[in-house]
Amino acid sequence: MSSAPSSITNVTDEWPGWSQIFETLTFQAGFNTNLVIVGTSLLGIAAGIVGVFALLRKRALMSDALSHATLPGIGLAYLTVTALGGSARSLPVLLTGATITGVLGVVCIQLLLRHTRLREDASIGIVLSVFFGVGIVLLSVIQSMQTGTAAGLNRFIYGQTAAMSMSDAVLMGAIAMLAVAATVALLKEFALVCFNDAFATVDGWPVSFIDLLMMALVVLVTVAGLQAVGLILVVAMLIIPAVSARFWTQRLWVLVVLAALIGGASGYCGSVMSALLPRKPAGSVIVLTSGVLFAVSMVCAPQRGVIAMSIRQLRVRLRIAGEHLVEAAYEYELEHDAALQRDILRAVARRRAWPAWLGSVIVWWARQRGLIRGDSGGAIALTDAGRRDGARISRNHYLWEQYLISYADIAPSHVDWSVDQVEHVLSDALIDELEAALRKRGVEIPQFQAVRT
Amino acid sequence: MGSVVTMSTEMLTAVPRSVLDARPEHSADSPVSVHAMTVAYHRKPVLWDVDYDAPNNKLIAIVGPNGAGKSTLIKACLGLVPRASGQVEFWGRPYKQMRARIGYVPQRESVDWDFPVSALDVVCMGRYRMVGWCRPVTKKHKHAALQCLDRVGMREYADRQISQLSGGQQQRVFLARALAQEADLYFMDEPFAGVDAATERAIVDVLRELKSSGGTVICVHHDVQTVREYFDHALLLNMRVVAAGPVDDVVTNANLHKTYGGRLTLLAEAAEAVARAGDGR
Repeated sequence: MSSAPSSITNVTDEWPGWSQIFETLTFQAGFNTNLVIVGTSLLGIAAGIVGVFALLRKRALMSDALSHATLPGIGLAYLTVTALGGSARSLPVLLTGATITGVLGVVCIQLLLRHTRLREDASIGIVLSVFFGVGIVLLSVIQSMQTGTAAGLNRFIYGQTAAMSMSDAVLMGAIAMLAVAATVALLKEFALVCFNDAFATVDGWPVSFIDLLMMALVVLVTVAGLQAVGLILVVAMLIIPAVSARFWTQRLWVLVVLAALIGGASGYCGSVMSALLPRKPAGSVIVLTSGVLFAVSMVCAPQRGVIAMSIRQLRVRLRIAGEHLVEAAYEYELEHDAALQRDILRAVARRRAWPAWLGSVIVWWARQRGLIRGDSGGAIALTDAGRRDGARISRNHYLWEQYLISYADIAPSHVDWSVDQVEHVLSDALIDELEAALRKRGVEIPQFQAVRT
Repeated sequence: MGSVVTMSTEMLTAVPRSVLDARPEHSADSPVSVHAMTVAYHRKPVLWDVDYDAPNNKLIAIVGPNGAGKSTLIKACLGLVPRASGQVEFWGRPYKQMRARIGYVPQRESVDWDFPVSALDVVCMGRYRMVGWCRPVTKKHKHAALQCLDRVGMREYADRQISQLSGGQQQRVFLARALAQEADLYFMDEPFAGVDAATERAIVDVLRELKSSGGTVICVHHDVQTVREYFDHALLLNMRVVAAGPVDDVVTNANLHKTYGGRLTLLAEAAEAVARAGDGR
């Protein structure tokens, strides 16, 4: 953790000191570093916003094909300009070439989809790999042709933020602003087409044109991101922020804002880290940063996160098991006029296939809710509330069982599992309907008394 | 099956131009008139030579077995799938001119309901055309959308995220969105498919409401049992029009047998043959 020079090998990076980290984070690390940080942050914001619509329109893989298809364009642009005697390293020329073949790749996918029986995943796979392969061949041709100047083209594959100039940063800024402006102006049109394009068509919206606008934004961000993060990883900047933000919200505009923030933060953190650790390429550090944000979102998000979902499932399972316990105790009480003993509980647990730990947790759960008394020794003695619950569940069980037998022609011996699940989720309205249906068939519904006789 | 054979021989022989010209002009009273429409997917014909004039201010059911082309008929009318031949006119005019008077309820399964919008947002989509490009949805339109949710009994679910709604509730949101379009003619694709009893009642109420305010509704309907109860007119379809008219005249055992006839009709076999020829199989 110290900034002492490494003595044994020089392969590892020197770990920067705190002051250096602070300086870089607060834009005091020199003009070039600041340029890179600002540029990639803006790119991250633009990619985050545009990515939301790529994701909602289910075009994530399509953007990957698009970015891979830019490589032959870069090679061709280089060859053309060299043949014409121009400056072969001119960035606008190379990016124009990239745009042309990128779009061509997307067009190829559409043509394959329309005129063959290939599915979308196969079409994308073919276009992506063939275009990329052509690009690699072109690059190797260029490399064998003129050693020296040509080597620079590799930076478009893996990205090289250090090469970012003032004009690049301005370009990123312009693209970010364009993405924000387009999204603010066309949020409802984009949402309509992403959600239900058939309805939009019938309603008279030019769906292809709106699609084209969304795709143009993707192309713009992709081409702008080529130099910074490289064509392999640029799709991550589009998709990961949007996917991560999706865990946190159910509102479209919040999703857009969050994706922009996550994208911007990844760009910022990634480029700062790569400025501090010069051997680490910014592109991959940016993507790793957003990957971490994604993992955090996936695990921790309050509604859709993994933890929240597991807790919800556990709670439902616990409630169902608890209701089974109360139901068993209620039925035992009706039959034997005594509290359910522990050994009988063990039989219930075996029948329900509860794991060993669940039994005591359920007893605790039911006691917490005041369904069973705590002072009855080893027995499960129901309180009045518990008896009411037991009666209700027992009744639901009976209703559903009768319904299955009389309406669905299911043999009585086969209804158990489904009844055990359904009896806990029946709403009042559904129970009313069930009762009406059963009365129509002349099935008698006995009283399920909640008071001890 | 006699009529099926006649139909297909009629189709396979070229229809002389003069016969087409001799067909009566479609009246401007009919909200939608379909004229000699054929539709094919990947060269496989799914609808053959459909001719149909929908009566004004009626609830009309399109009935037929799976693969009969019921949804395709609606989609082809609305220009969602290309027509191989034929024309469709709305009140005697092309679709583009009459778009503002047409509402649409797509099949519920046709969209991804895990989309980050609320029920109210979806209903507001029915107002977008009135709101116009690049403008936010105003209070006035939101209010109108809320009233549409109210008409399908979904007002209290306005802020609910759409993935948290039940299938029937999602269907009602789609219906409310169509109501928000304030159309005179509605196309609905299987609105009764897989819905709960409350939704079924809500839809039936809305259909009757639409009719009493002068509207026309054309519904793809899968349930033969309820056609007579819910609809005034029926169009029995199995790749071609088997019968069309008031439900009491049309929904007969003989017609249903013709529509749902167990084995492949000659039409379906011919369609397969066309598709195979295209594939070189």
